[in-house]
Order: sequence, then C-alpha cells, then structure tokens
Amino acid sequence: MKPQNRQHPIGQIVCYILLIFLALITVIPFLWMLSASLKLNKDVFTWPMKWIPEVPQWKNYLDIWTKVPMLVFIKNTVFLTVVVTILQLFTSSFAAYAFSKLRFRGRSFLFLGYIATIAMPWQVYMVPQFIMLSGMGLNDHLSAMICLQAFSAFGVFLMKQFYDSVPYDLCEAARIDGLSEYGIWWRIMLPLSKPSLATLTIFTFVNTWNDFLGPQLYLHTQNKKTLQLGLRMFIGQYSSEYGLIMAASVVALIPVLVVFLALQKYFVQGIATSGMKG
Amino acid sequence: MQGNTGSARSSALGSRWQRRKKTLVAYSFIAPNFIGFAVFTLVPMIMAVVLAFLKWDGSWANPIEFVGLDNFARLLHDKKFNQALVNTVAYALITVPLTMASSLGLAILLNRKIFARNFFRTMMFFPYVASMVAVTAVWNMLFNPAMGPVNMILYALGVDKLPRWSADPNWIICMGTVILFSIWKYMGYFMIIYLAGLQGINPELYEAASLDGATGWQKFCNVTLPQLRPTTFFVTVMLTIQCFKVYDMFLMITNFGPGGRTRVLVSYIYDNAFVSRDFGYASAVSMVLFALVLLVTLVQYHGNSKLDG
Repeated sequence: MKPQNRQHPIGQIVCYILLIFLALITVIPFLWMLSASLKLNKDVFTWPMKWIPEVPQWKNYLDIWTKVPMLVFIKNTVFLTVVVTILQLFTSSFAAYAFSKLRFRGRSFLFLGYIATIAMPWQVYMVPQFIMLSGMGLNDHLSAMICLQAFSAFGVFLMKQFYDSVPYDLCEAARIDGLSEYGIWWRIMLPLSKPSLATLTIFTFVNTWNDFLGPQLYLHTQNKKTLQLGLRMFIGQYSSEYGLIMAASVVALIPVLVVFLALQKYFVQGIATSGMKG
Repeated sequence: MQGNTGSARSSALGSRWQRRKKTLVAYSFIAPNFIGFAVFTLVPMIMAVVLAFLKWDGSWANPIEFVGLDNFARLLHDKKFNQALVNTVAYALITVPLTMASSLGLAILLNRKIFARNFFRTMMFFPYVASMVAVTAVWNMLFNPAMGPVNMILYALGVDKLPRWSADPNWIICMGTVILFSIWKYMGYFMIIYLAGLQGINPELYEAASLDGATGWQKFCNVTLPQLRPTTFFVTVMLTIQCFKVYDMFLMITNFGPGGRTRVLVSYIYDNAFVSRDFGYASAVSMVLFALVLLVTLVQYHGNSKLDG
C-alpha cells in the first residue's frame, strides 16, 4: 500500500464536507435558474423559497418563443457555429500539417507569427478590425463574425502540438508508397488526430456559441442577432419577467450542456495538453 | 544519348523543381488559414498601433490627422481612463490569487481517491462553458438587493445593513460582487490545469516525504508547491491576461456603474470607439492594454527560460 493512500478518517470527512460545499456553490445557481424558470413572476422571490413550484409554469417555455424571435437567434447562432467550426477544423489542421511535417523556407518565421499573437487579446485590435470589416461592407453581416472567428492561431497551435507527436517515419513511409502530401493529410493525419479534432471542435463550438462582444459590435438588425445578443435583449426588454428570463437562459444553456457532457473528456484533455505548453 | 553531364544537369534542374514544388505544396497547406489570419488578425494589430497616433472619427469622408503622441498625453490627464486602469488592475490583483487558491484547493480535493470524483470534476467545470449572459442573469437575481435569496439569508442571519451588491454605493462591494462571480465561473477551468500538474508529480516524492515523517501540510509545502511551480506560473499568466481583458462580466453585473465607477479598460475602449467615435484615442487606450499584456507575457517568457534553465 502506498503511504499517501492511507488517509485519516477525519481528514476524509473534512474533505467531503468541503467538496460538497463547493459543489453546492457551483450547482445552486443552475438549480435556482431551473426552478425559477417554472414559476410565476410573483413566486420567483418568495421566501422561504420553494425549489419545486406547486404548479410548474411550463407555459414560460412556450412564451419565450413569441416574445422575441428566439428561433431566428438560434438559427443564426447554429449557422455561425457550424460554419466557423468547419472552417476552423479544416484550415487549422491543414496549416498545422505543413508546420509540423513539411520542410520549407519561412516555416519558423511564419509559425512565430502565430505564436506571438496567441496571447494577444482580441480586445486590443477589435477597433481597427471593426473599421476594416466595415470598410469591406461587412458591418451587420453574419459573415463578419465568420471572418473574425474562423482563423485562429490557437487552432493551428493545438493541431500542431498533436501532429508533432506523430512519428515522421509514418509520413515518409506513406510518401514512398506514393501518397501525395494531401493524401497523407487526408488519409493518415486526419484519422489519427480525431481526439485533437474533437478538442478543437468543442472549444470552437463553445466560444462561438457564447461569444457576446463580437456579435454586439457587428450585428445590429434584429434578424441578424445571435442567441446571446437575443437573450441580453430579452433581459433588457422584460427585465421584471423573472420566470421568462430564466426559461430563456435555460434554453440558451442546453446545447452547450449537451455538447459538453458528450465531449467533456476531450475538453479536459485539450486544456491539459494545450494549457501546459502554452 | 545524353552524357553524364547532361543527366547531372537534368537531375539538378529536377531537384530544384522538386524543391520548389515542395515549397509550393507547403504554402498551399498554410494559405487557407494564414491568409485569413493575416487579413483579419495581423493587419488589424498593426493598424491598432498606427491608429493610436491619429485623430479620426472612422468615416472615410472625413480627414485623418496625424497627432503624434497627443492621444497618449491625453490619457495622462483623463480621470475616466485613470479609473478604468485602476479598476482593471485592482480587479486582476484580487481575482488572480483568489481564483488560484480556490482552483488549487479544488484540484487537491479532486485528486484524492474519493467517491464520484469524475462527477464532481465535470460539475465544477460547467460554469466555465456556460453562457455569460445566462449565468450573470441568475447571479443578478440571486444577489438582488431587495428580494434576492442571498440577502434573505443574510437578513435571517441577523445582518442589519444588507449590501446592495452590484448597485452598492461602496466601490469595494461592487467590485467584490464581480470578483465573486469571476471566481465562481473560472475556478473549474484552472482546476483542470492544476489537476494535470498534480498528476505529473512523481508519487515517489510523497513516499520519500512520508518515510521522513512529513505531515500532510509539510508535504504540501515541500513537495506539491515546488513541483507545481511551472503550472502555477502558467496559471498566473493566463489568469492575469484574462482579467485585463474583462468586459462582459462588468457590463452584465454592474453595467460599469454606479455612475461609471466600475468602468474597465475594454469598456473605455468601447465607449471611445463606438460611442464617441474617437478611434485614435480608443486605440491609445488599447495600447495600454497591449502594454499590460506584453508585460505579463515577457515575465512569462523570462520565467519560463529560468524554469527550463
């Protein structure tokens, strides 16, 4: 038996108490959200509070679709998320392959360009970027958001990290067998890198789905807005409709919750690997 | 029919062609990402620096004036900017150590052999991926000064002067409301990074310490903390940069109020650019944010080379 496994029973109890306390703090806001989303406005703040309302107001979940065009917001968000994620996966893994497995002039210089900017917050250059994209006539177009989010240095970096771990001999053998570089990327690298692609997918998905400031700058017309903007607008317009706000919030959280639960393994791996070497 | 020289020449030509072809193939791999990256990231970054020395309202019909360092000189006497800078730095200084301590504590708890460990890990991580708009909406209701359950509990506990949280006239309480939220939201993310660090520690070190009769606390101070140095370092840098660029959270919790007293750097950039249309001045503020981030990055670079060496 390893010494560190011998734990004091009292220590163990203290641990559990702490853990349960922290878990409650983490989860209570979400439970409260769910509970309030099924209540009438007048009942949301009653004290002592009831976690389960006597008559659950499922109607709240119907009303939100008619108060604001939620469906349009969701459609825009899904569209953006899908396009950005596909572009991100394609361009990042494509570029990362060259940076990792091909020798060519300017390689380290170009890669340095990516690395140097990876830590630079978007907020530093959002103003000139806005001027430029407006100049291109993209203000109030969903395509502006695609330009903004589809070509990240992070994606290239993450994929290169993985490709670096694939033995060079594997590519060399494929070359001798007559595969072109594109063939190697498509038939060998992509299938091998499924875990990294999953990591990049979930990161891109969550970032695009939840982005607020970007859409706030670019998307103004009601039918161009994303779910986050729509939710914020909803909160502004119906600030005292607590039950409805909470129902809309639950709806906005569900897709992320589903994707997160399905792919959380990759999320954790991604943070652990990309995090440590960044 | 060709001599030796001929075939040598043709193979030299061939290999040059081969090399050129290889380079072209490599560039074709990089181009789709790099062109987008260069146009939408690199160019705006360079423009940001140039813009800080100009005076411009952003309309192409109007003149663009070169004003040298005027924008930066204005910063020195701008009370609102000063406020934004102080708030941002204060927020970072308090949030960084508190978040680190909570996420490290959480990571240590969840690195032990306990019941339902993965379930706890997943749950703690969820706030990080949850939409900012949605979770701040709940937060604001929970901390509603008049009816929120938090104040109800405080009242029941006998607190007679209840804080008004995000609307409190006291600056410290306003900032504190955001800081609490920030720790709650990001604790799980940094916990994952710490867990990866903890799992990288050689268990023999703990065995050796136990043989020497070290207590749990001594093991923490003499094994865990020193072994986690690279992780801690990385977490500090990431967290600090994240704090410097804060915007959404303040917008949605305090709305930079009361009376602009909780404005932050990014909100000030936003106001100058998109409300006052003073793009040059907004860029000057961006340069301050840039300088802060650069400073942290240089510290990281310096520290990393020290750790490696």
